[in-house]
Amino acid sequence: MTDALKFQAKNISRVFGHGKKSVTAVDNVTFEIRDREIISLVGQSGCGKTVLAKMLLRLETPTSGELLFNGKPITATGDPRNHWRQVQAVFQDPFSCFNQFFTIRSQLKSSFRLFETKPSPGEIEERVDQALLAVNIKPKEVEGKYPFELSGGQMQRMLLARIFILKPQVLIADEPTSMVDACSRASILDYLLKLKEELSMTIVFVTHDIGLAYYISDSLYIMHKGKMVDRGAPDDVIKHPTSDVTKQLLEDIPDVHRQWIARGTPVHAAE
Amino acid sequence: MQLVKGLFKIPAFLLGLFLFAATLALAFLGPLVFHVDVSTRVGDPYMAPSAAHWLGTDHLGVDMLSMLVMGLRASLYVGFLAGVVATIVGTLIGVYGGYKGGLLDDILTVLTNLFLVIPTLIVLILLSSSMDKGRSLTLIALIIGGTTWTWSARAVRAQSSSLRARDHVALARINGFSTLEIVLEQILPYLLSYIFMVFILQTATAILTEATISMLGLGPYDSISLGKILNDAKTNEALIGGKWWAFMPAMVLVTVIAFSLYVINTAMEGVFNPRLRK
Repeated sequence: MTDALKFQAKNISRVFGHGKKSVTAVDNVTFEIRDREIISLVGQSGCGKTVLAKMLLRLETPTSGELLFNGKPITATGDPRNHWRQVQAVFQDPFSCFNQFFTIRSQLKSSFRLFETKPSPGEIEERVDQALLAVNIKPKEVEGKYPFELSGGQMQRMLLARIFILKPQVLIADEPTSMVDACSRASILDYLLKLKEELSMTIVFVTHDIGLAYYISDSLYIMHKGKMVDRGAPDDVIKHPTSDVTKQLLEDIPDVHRQWIARGTPVHAAE
Repeated sequence: MQLVKGLFKIPAFLLGLFLFAATLALAFLGPLVFHVDVSTRVGDPYMAPSAAHWLGTDHLGVDMLSMLVMGLRASLYVGFLAGVVATIVGTLIGVYGGYKGGLLDDILTVLTNLFLVIPTLIVLILLSSSMDKGRSLTLIALIIGGTTWTWSARAVRAQSSSLRARDHVALARINGFSTLEIVLEQILPYLLSYIFMVFILQTATAILTEATISMLGLGPYDSISLGKILNDAKTNEALIGGKWWAFMPAMVLVTVIAFSLYVINTAMEGVFNPRLRK
């Protein structure tokens, strides 16, 4: 694995509001994300993990500190679209991610507006079909369908199909498994691994489930109240937690994930 | 579609719709049924209702029913035009400010609040009395629209700023949509039912406002309106003389239009706003 750095964050903070009413969502955080790594940001609701993810996506700006992408400040390219060609995301709630007034297919096609040279209409159709097949959906199944006509699992796969179209360098997955059933959850994790292996993607996996994070990632970052309280290789963090927050998270693990950990063969170790 | 079907099961909505349709029919189908003429004297002043003139005549001896039909048309025109102007101006300001947030939103909110506290009626009275001859129906509609849009702006801004935090808007942003495209494609469609309701309210308000200023004698010079009929009745002593047909029908009509629009709006809000649904 190369040690090239995708993201470097130096003492970044994000404060909302001013004066007495201000809330520090991310508090003086320093970390780095290496190329082709799956890292997990783990923490309870409101710990600042989503705000941090949005800063990586350039949807939020740090109020202080420095955030580098590929060695350059994240705002170095004036047009944020340059950033979004390389860094993309899937979000938590697949139903709220799509506009209910347009068909799924037309919304997948709108991803092509990010391309510097737009492919021909025929090629766009073809690439949408390929992306759908990549997430195991027959293009006919969703032909003419609107978002509310699909199931949660299908919708989450639509979000992933978008990623197969855009093929970014980095994927920010913000709780992509928390709103789908157990079966879809497993397949979504498989797609993430597939994206990492086939397209050499760097993946930032945001979750509150430390068991899932252990299963999938190369590094773990545990967040609490805007700060990073624990970090390191999954085995180190799980077996030798240094903070109470990590211990609490470990206690909250669903039983099925506890079994994975007990078996001691997470995916990254099996590679 | 489900929602629209649900709407037609609400008695209040059906009542409102029926009353509003009836006023529209009177204004536009009326002239096909009976003879409408407001430029000839058909009899003596203040003739009581009769078979020939169902609502009698006014102070000049003109057929009152004809006056009502023309007045109704004028009032509907003012209401519709002012409603459209107020809804468009309010929606643009509200949607943009709500979506953009930050300083721009603050400025637009201050502007909206400024217009909100300006007493519309007093401005209208001042403007109307300063423009003696050029006071046309259209101008009055534009003035009403231009001063009452604050309602739409505030209502739409609140909705827009809550939509802004939705995932589909974030996804549109990282898809490279411009601000204008996001407002038009990702936010406005979600607000359509809401904007339609706001438009109904704005129209009802405009009809009432026009009636008020015309009643005060500051109405349009170039046409008859329901408010003007009331003003004529007042200045020509119909009230003291007990000539009820000169003012009652106009009063009833203004009330029926405003009532029907308010009822439609309330029923729609019950259906489209999930929080009010039981």
